[in-house]
Amino acid sequence: MTEYDEATAAASGPSLDAVLAQAHAPAQLDPNAPPVLTVRDLEMHFPVRSTGVVRRKIGDVKAVDGISFQIPKGGSLGLVGESGCGKSTAGRAITRLYKPTGGSVEFEGRDLAKVSNRGLKPLRREVQMIFQDPYSSLNPRHTVGSIVGAPLRIHNVVPKDQTLKRVQELLEVVGLNPEHYNRYPNEFSGGQRQRIGIARALALQPKVIVADEPVSALDVSIQAQVVNLLQDLQREFDIAFLFIAHDLAVVRHFCPEVAVMYLGKIVEIADRETLYSRPNHPYTQALLSAAPDVKQAAIGGRRERIRLEGDVPSPINPPSGCHFRTRCPLAREICAKVEPPMLQIGPRHKVACHFAGELGQHPADPVTARILGVDNAGNPDPGASPVELDDQPGFSDVWFDLKARTTVKP
Amino acid sequence: MEQNAHMDEKQPFLKVENLKVHFPTQDGLVKATDGLSYALDRGQTLGIVGESGSGKSVSSSAILGLHRGTNAKVEGRILLDGVDLLALNNAEMRKLRGKEIAMIFQDPLSAMHPYYTVGNQIAEAYRVHHKVSKKAARTRVIDMLELVGIPQPDVRFDSYPHQFSGGMRQRAMIAMALINDPSLLIADEPTTALDVTVQAQILDLLQNLQREFNTAIIIITHDLGVVAEMADEALVMYAGRAVEHGRVKEVLTHPQMPYTWGLLSSVPDITGDPNARMVPVPGNPPSLLSPPTGCAFHPRCVHRDKVPGDLCTTELPDLVPGPRGGLHLKRCHLADPESIYQNEVIPEIAPDLAEER
Repeated sequence: MTEYDEATAAASGPSLDAVLAQAHAPAQLDPNAPPVLTVRDLEMHFPVRSTGVVRRKIGDVKAVDGISFQIPKGGSLGLVGESGCGKSTAGRAITRLYKPTGGSVEFEGRDLAKVSNRGLKPLRREVQMIFQDPYSSLNPRHTVGSIVGAPLRIHNVVPKDQTLKRVQELLEVVGLNPEHYNRYPNEFSGGQRQRIGIARALALQPKVIVADEPVSALDVSIQAQVVNLLQDLQREFDIAFLFIAHDLAVVRHFCPEVAVMYLGKIVEIADRETLYSRPNHPYTQALLSAAPDVKQAAIGGRRERIRLEGDVPSPINPPSGCHFRTRCPLAREICAKVEPPMLQIGPRHKVACHFAGELGQHPADPVTARILGVDNAGNPDPGASPVELDDQPGFSDVWFDLKARTTVKP
Repeated sequence: MEQNAHMDEKQPFLKVENLKVHFPTQDGLVKATDGLSYALDRGQTLGIVGESGSGKSVSSSAILGLHRGTNAKVEGRILLDGVDLLALNNAEMRKLRGKEIAMIFQDPLSAMHPYYTVGNQIAEAYRVHHKVSKKAARTRVIDMLELVGIPQPDVRFDSYPHQFSGGMRQRAMIAMALINDPSLLIADEPTTALDVTVQAQILDLLQNLQREFNTAIIIITHDLGVVAEMADEALVMYAGRAVEHGRVKEVLTHPQMPYTWGLLSSVPDITGDPNARMVPVPGNPPSLLSPPTGCAFHPRCVHRDKVPGDLCTTELPDLVPGPRGGLHLKRCHLADPESIYQNEVIPEIAPDLAEER
């Protein structure tokens, strides 16, 4: 590990070469990696109850409403979206901090969504989580050694007398001083605390880590340190990551594949190159254009951007048809009537939109009408023959070409 | 623009001179802000960038007189239209606060009182400075809520803060800050708690309102992108001091201080080269109780070896014009930062730009 050593730095200052050695290029996609985790139609609905004595159930918060994706072995998938879109809930349902109300999470031939709480214990070793807030996710009354050692003790991974040694190894791996195992969380800075949380997640050598906004609570200069650490660990221990974040730039750096969520559903999922340079969903396009850009300093003024009106609707009572239609600049009649299906439109590119197309090239009439067997306004068309859509969590070899409107086999 | 030209000959609208905010604590003196100077004209925007604990919020709340009544020691001069705000008594300051100078806080949920309706809180801000009836204040507040883009303002007047979404609360905060047509607006991380699409809406709103009322704005943020798009001037702070100051275009395209380089290189750029590397700033932000000797950034600086001797560890560099001259100030001992930036920093963080040269 090329960790920055504070002791030598104090004497001579950090050297440029040592820091550059820590600089990381973005992670690359391995298209042939087998999936380690397959999420299929995952649903997480929370009941809404009426006030009063009886507390009848009056509805559901559809926080996650049928999402499917795969995480490749040793790879990482980014899950981005605005607050309230259900991305954190999805992460918590996958790690079984919540029991999903529908769908499946397939891991090594077993369905995590249906395993009993008792049967979960061995699986917890394989799927771990890093939390967003390094201040509230560490018990202030426990020493770092006891926090990082807890998973080792609970799962009886190492003999009792060797726990400390293993904890010190873990602290060293994440770039902390191993002699500090006796300190309390309050003695560490935000970035160091996040490293403690990472060491705890690593303790059981998991195959999958769900990282829920691991850097958004940190100062900018520290964010890069933690992202680089996660990249090192991924490479060294072959860990697959589900990287949940709202910062599109950090996700682009860390994840070769990215899924965009809006109001409980995935609206677009693609490899990095495609998603960031040729997004096809109007929400992805708006999200990308909304981020302020440092380069704009050279030109001055604000960047031209797609402006979304209003706020995200409530997930208790989401809009009919396409969830995004209330804020969508392209919305038409069909969007209110029929929900757009997830359509694979490229080798590694899926989008759920009736008018999917690159920015400025959105089609005039819905691309999905014929597939769904409806006319352009979304009414059932008796003459049409709807195509059976087979929404697999992964990518298939066959896709639908948007421009030619035909199915393509390479 | 013409108006600005006239202003230049006179005093700038806001002038902060050698501002110091020190907090005596049990462990010693915390120098949260230690000698900060800048000037700002009407209709202009100053972006203050820095990490948490760099003194960016503390120095700005000093303008509003928010350290009065605490044990903080505030020194220096803050001249607003020629009046020294630090020399005013509390009653005089209260007349200015909220009227001439207003502030937008980072977290709109904790900045609003949960027991009062949003409309009443905004109306209170108006009635403190204007002798008007409740009814007239209500009309004025509803106009203001409409201006900041809150739908159905007459209904929303009677809503409580928790009934608003994050973006709407921030809009209500902006309405509250602007209700008395302040000439100086301090926005402390106005969009940090918001999502990007809402952030874009709020920044648009601030810019439109600035154009309309010719307000001077100080925008405090850690997001260089926000500064690039919003500000006319940028001020980078580290450990309570300004380390770089100049026109935004100058500071962000020709930065001359290693800390600014570090900030630029540790944030991945969404439109940049996909193969750009993320170069972290090593180490941790300094303690303000016992700041490092000499240049406060030296324990984290990777370019120290280019400065002769132990200048960096022993002597605090002055904030002086850099080699590009003019109004671009930097606090660094490096003799030729421009060539280091072009030859060593740019190729790492933006390979596409380096090839163009």
